[in-house]
Amino acid sequence: MAAILGAERQTPVDAAVYLIVCVVGALVATLATALSHDPLFQFQGYIFMAGFVLGGFALTMAIVNGNFRPEPDKYMDGVIRAGVIATLFWGAAGMLVGVVIASQLSFPRIFYLPDFGPLNFGRLRPLHTSAVIFAFGGNALISTSFYVVQRTCRARLFGGVTPWFVFWGYNLFIVLAGLGYLVGITQSQEYAEPEWVCDLWLAIVWVAYLIVFLGTLWKRKEPHIYVANWFYLAFIVTIAILHIVNNLALPVSLLNHRSYSVWAGVQSALVQWWYGHNAVGFFLTAGFLGMMYYFIPKRAERPVYSYRLSIVHFWALIFIYIWAGPHHLLYTALPQWTQTLGTTFSIMLWMPSWGGMINGLMTLSGAWDKLRTDPVIRMLVVSLAFYGMATFEGPVMSIPSVNALSHYTDWTIGHVHSGALGWVGFVTFGAVYCMVPWLWKKDKLYSNNLVEWHFWIATTGIVLYITAMWVAGIMEGLMWREYTPQGFLAYSFAETVAARHVENVVRLVGGTMYLSGLFIMIYNVWRTIRMPSVVQAVPAAQLPAPAFAAMAAE
Amino acid sequence: MAKKSLWASHAKFERHSLLLLIGIVIVVAIGGLVEVVPLFYIQNTIEPVQGIRPYTPLELEGRDIYIREGCYLCHSQMIRSLKDEVERYGHYSLAAESMYDHPFQWGSERQGPDLARVGGKYSDGWHRDHLIDPRSVVPESVMPPYKFLAETNLDFHDIKQKLEAQATLGVPYSKDMIDNAEADLRTQDDPLSGGTALHKRYGDKVVIRDFAGDPDRITEMDALIAYLQMLGTTVDFSTYHADAPDNQR
Repeated sequence: MAAILGAERQTPVDAAVYLIVCVVGALVATLATALSHDPLFQFQGYIFMAGFVLGGFALTMAIVNGNFRPEPDKYMDGVIRAGVIATLFWGAAGMLVGVVIASQLSFPRIFYLPDFGPLNFGRLRPLHTSAVIFAFGGNALISTSFYVVQRTCRARLFGGVTPWFVFWGYNLFIVLAGLGYLVGITQSQEYAEPEWVCDLWLAIVWVAYLIVFLGTLWKRKEPHIYVANWFYLAFIVTIAILHIVNNLALPVSLLNHRSYSVWAGVQSALVQWWYGHNAVGFFLTAGFLGMMYYFIPKRAERPVYSYRLSIVHFWALIFIYIWAGPHHLLYTALPQWTQTLGTTFSIMLWMPSWGGMINGLMTLSGAWDKLRTDPVIRMLVVSLAFYGMATFEGPVMSIPSVNALSHYTDWTIGHVHSGALGWVGFVTFGAVYCMVPWLWKKDKLYSNNLVEWHFWIATTGIVLYITAMWVAGIMEGLMWREYTPQGFLAYSFAETVAARHVENVVRLVGGTMYLSGLFIMIYNVWRTIRMPSVVQAVPAAQLPAPAFAAMAAE
Repeated sequence: MAKKSLWASHAKFERHSLLLLIGIVIVVAIGGLVEVVPLFYIQNTIEPVQGIRPYTPLELEGRDIYIREGCYLCHSQMIRSLKDEVERYGHYSLAAESMYDHPFQWGSERQGPDLARVGGKYSDGWHRDHLIDPRSVVPESVMPPYKFLAETNLDFHDIKQKLEAQATLGVPYSKDMIDNAEADLRTQDDPLSGGTALHKRYGDKVVIRDFAGDPDRITEMDALIAYLQMLGTTVDFSTYHADAPDNQR
């Protein structure tokens, strides 16, 4: 190895450091795997070994080929291109698993394999949620944040090879977590299922992500930090805090995959939903609002509607969100005062949420005609409409008397999906449709017609999905509490399951349509990438640095 | 004047990333500190009740299988204080009942019914048949089949370490319990064992029988059924008075 490093005189220090990390990592993983008697721990060890060996191999190749020549005056776009592809790949994988588990709930006699546990609903469901939230959403957030922070700071990403470490490290986390669920590695905290080994790895990657983002802000040639970056920064920092506190656990042993949370019972419930609701608030909201604040003004070629509104709703949103967790625990053994606080803040949360929606929608002032002509901007705007709808529905569902009906039912599933498919999905699709021609240097997408198809199929799919779940959830809630005239409960639990069959099938159809829309998108993106590149005018970043300094000083 | 300077002073946050970072951390910390931290200090977060005990080694292994298979994704273990829930499932769940659950298993969804008090409601045989093929006993069920649990021997080589870890976290496992973890696990699945020592350590209400009905071995099915059969059975409700001031929270 020393010979390889010595032979390439231009080897940058950071690449060499990461190569050493890979070698040491592979050795530690091998050692731990060999010493452990726990097959599931060994399973994780093998994945780490494969990850580090592949990483080391790729780094060596890149060093030998001289791929790490310093280019301080250029934006770092390779990692963003990789992130876009990963976003689409994981989106398809995660939504496909979603369709599979929707089939299982619709036709349990067909879609279960009695002799094969790994494909049971209980193991696939965390795979679905993690793949769409953390793999699809996470890769979208990482790649768009890298794109936005460079453009709005007019600076190359900080940290040399580190952004690549963030990308591959994060995706290694996804593979570890996802395959882990299938073999039965989970700590049972929803949206925080990965076990302690995985959690530690994510913590390392996340700190690197924070350093890259902050470092790029420090390097900025703009005096102001653009509003999108406030949201991205809040998302990165808060997720770090939530992740660490909620995952504090004691491993059974250092060579055992299993750990026990340090939190128990009531406290564990509140810590989990403080985490869980803010995974929604900061991962799925603040991060994607950052995306919205860059791509909507950019695509509409209009300035953000109100600077003051963005300040007010930013601070209000991040302050209030944190309190809303207990609305997941109404009428439970959680003390009443905590439940009341949770409900109160959840209702207050309506306002800052709509602040974001209004700021985004009104940015189209003077450009509303683009809704008709540009399907990408329509996708972005409809994402805000779904955001507004879901953030109104959420406070309503936090009202105790409504929650008494809706909690534990499919209404919650419908609510989540109007946010996830409508808001998170559409704003991501819109941002990717914007970025692909920009990143691959094409003058436009392969086909706007296909974007139209994607938009209408996906929108119809969402509407089918959420209306089916509203009907199923409200029906279920009403059936559970229905009494006969004699004063007995009217329905057995099994009857309420049977009653939801039709809605489950409609949900399956809606989900399949949404997935089909994504396949159309993937085809469109693939054809766009294969189109001949246009020779571009010199992008801003390639101007020599002093020019920026002069501009910034003005 | 004052108004103008307020907006202008925000520029500080927009020009200093560290200031912005610190501002964010302070703002997001407040809610968590005010809401979560007191739960660890306020006396009446968990009500005093009779009968709560740590899981036996076999039940703990069963609970780990319950977690591994993701049962919590469709089954809640939290009966809310609503009339219909109490009539359907039994007394509403008390905070004390999950005080040794690291982490809690309250769940968030009911594709299947609540299991907080499922213990003792069905026979072991019903559970075995239901887990092997749910639709053989509940035709409307959408639950996955768990035949493989009956065919997989329970791997409990690390049961002692598991009890030790839980003891470190505050679950009252005594040294006696930890040292005899493996023996206690075998005892509970063996109806011929008598189980005096196990009863002495975990109380007389601990059920000892061959849960999955295969006398020759201890399978994952044994552990899971042992866990399900104890759920919600520990609290002595004859000594619990919901209206007592101690129990108001």
